[in-house]
Amino acid sequence: MTTLTKQPGPGLSASSGPRKSRKRGKPSAGFRGIGDLKIALLFIAPAMLGFLLFYLVPTVRGIYLSFTEYSILGDPEWIGTRNYERIAKDPLFWNALGVTSEYVVINIVLQTALALGLAILMHRVAKSTLIRGALLLPYLMANVIAALLWFWMLDYQIGIINQLIEWTGLPRVAFFGSEQWAIPTQALINTWRHMGYTALLIFAGLQAIPNSVYEAASIDGSKAVSTFWRITLPLLRPVLVLVLVVTVIGSFQVFDTVAVTTAGGPVNATRVLQYYIYQRAFNEQDFGYGSALAVILFLILALVAFIQMKFLRGNQSDLD
Amino acid sequence: MTTLTSPKTGGRRRPFTRNSPFTRNRPFNWRRTIAWTLLAIAIAVSVLPFFWVLRTALSTNGSLAANSASLLPADFNLGAFKRVFGLQTAAEAIAEGGSGASINFWQYLWNSLLFSSITTAGAVFFSSMAAYAFARLRWKGRDGVFSLFLGTMLVPPIFTALPNFLLIKNLGLLNSMLGLVLPYLFMTPFAIFFMRQFFLNMSREVEEAAMLDGAKHFRIFFQVVMPNAAAPIATLALLTFMGQWNEYFWPLLVGTTEEARVLTVGLGVFKSQSPQGAPDWSGLMAATLVSATPVLILFAIFGKKIVNSIGFNGTK
Repeated sequence: MTTLTKQPGPGLSASSGPRKSRKRGKPSAGFRGIGDLKIALLFIAPAMLGFLLFYLVPTVRGIYLSFTEYSILGDPEWIGTRNYERIAKDPLFWNALGVTSEYVVINIVLQTALALGLAILMHRVAKSTLIRGALLLPYLMANVIAALLWFWMLDYQIGIINQLIEWTGLPRVAFFGSEQWAIPTQALINTWRHMGYTALLIFAGLQAIPNSVYEAASIDGSKAVSTFWRITLPLLRPVLVLVLVVTVIGSFQVFDTVAVTTAGGPVNATRVLQYYIYQRAFNEQDFGYGSALAVILFLILALVAFIQMKFLRGNQSDLD
Repeated sequence: MTTLTSPKTGGRRRPFTRNSPFTRNRPFNWRRTIAWTLLAIAIAVSVLPFFWVLRTALSTNGSLAANSASLLPADFNLGAFKRVFGLQTAAEAIAEGGSGASINFWQYLWNSLLFSSITTAGAVFFSSMAAYAFARLRWKGRDGVFSLFLGTMLVPPIFTALPNFLLIKNLGLLNSMLGLVLPYLFMTPFAIFFMRQFFLNMSREVEEAAMLDGAKHFRIFFQVVMPNAAAPIATLALLTFMGQWNEYFWPLLVGTTEEARVLTVGLGVFKSQSPQGAPDWSGLMAATLVSATPVLILFAIFGKKIVNSIGFNGTK
């Protein structure tokens, strides 16, 4: 998984005088006027090689492949927009888009709400590194590990969670086996893994709000609840937007947990976009179609990032 | 996931004492009690599953069903770990509820270690060099090239994974360590961003002094800049290593044979080899624990560094 998006700039940083980055272009005493092009080329040569070979060229090639018919044998054959026309009529694609969206929405709501709550708790009562470390632990585990751990704990027959559910008198839940529960379960696993991490990001944002703001509010007689809604939340906006962008972009690319637990099933319930791409490209050797699907995923992510940054003004802070 | 936030710039920490209803002195502060209770629940949810993994790994498969809620291992037994490391014969494994298929986590552990170490060393080193050029050297087109590099962070990995797979295949490097590490070896956009942030904020004085002494950029970089950057490099290496250790998708595509399999992929295979009937839960949990152990050790040693890197310095 990847991603973000943020130029060094405001954001989490609250007020620390003039930004250092402004200085970077200024020639300073020891540097020659003509610039350091030659030496710079040497310094970036390895990174540039990696960038060209494994980022830029594949991006262009991926777009090209999306207009071809290509099973790994033979050469790609140009077929214009036919892959995209097929996608528009592909019920499995629309299903994938639907279940992925469901997954994304559950993640946004659950993860952001829980993380915000946790961050506030940490900020108010406990700033100890040990507590933050404990909450961060799940995030350090591989998706595969998180998936298997919950696959066991949520097992229908002898999983501990179902055992607990039964003790409360409710019927057992087929977390992975029922079409209705499969996606929420995947989202729960992801929320478990990311909750602490997201809380820490928000916590850092909370720490950046100067105390003077709260003091002023309290002098004006603001109650805790209204201080939260009118001051804390608006000042947290850049962090919350960042968290949203990261959550949404990451969630759209869900793959690992699905691949190890349900493999797209039951029926098509967890055939999320990336898993569908993987199946078309690598199981069915249909690289052209897989690439076209990947282009669409790419476009969706770009759009989401653009909307969130643009309309939520995630790159501006109100603290300056 | 790679996430960036601005580096440590402000956010002075002050104890939150006044104004907070949670910290006022009262004989019994019920708000504070509720806050601590909720926090305790969150910690339990984060940490207890690991206990459950350990408890299951030390159990015997046959006894799990009958003792599905006992806190102690059901019929304590190290067989699961033996199975994971290939120390049991197929017959023994099957008798204990394993699949009997050969599985060797030593090999996967070794592969994961190689994969993560090589990519971390390469990416951190080459990215630092590039970051230095982006932060400290003056050259035409610098900011444009940097934006281009940063832009790659927006491209979802699956998008480049398809063509990259074809490239590695055409080079004949499928199922080789070289094929596994190549795409990560020269840089990661995150590493460049992270190191550039640090170099931008580093004092120029020492560099300039060295320059007046007639030292050239390469010498300055290796003898002055890099030693001064030891702390952020350590953080970056730690974050990169853990990220690589957890990587699944790319190794799944490129390392499919027993010899080239890394731990995460091995875990998936182990899970899919589940015998008919009940899965080999204790074996699976032992394997999970083995895979998690290196990260747990790193976390035990460098926990503070890792925790503090989030949100403050730039994040992973």
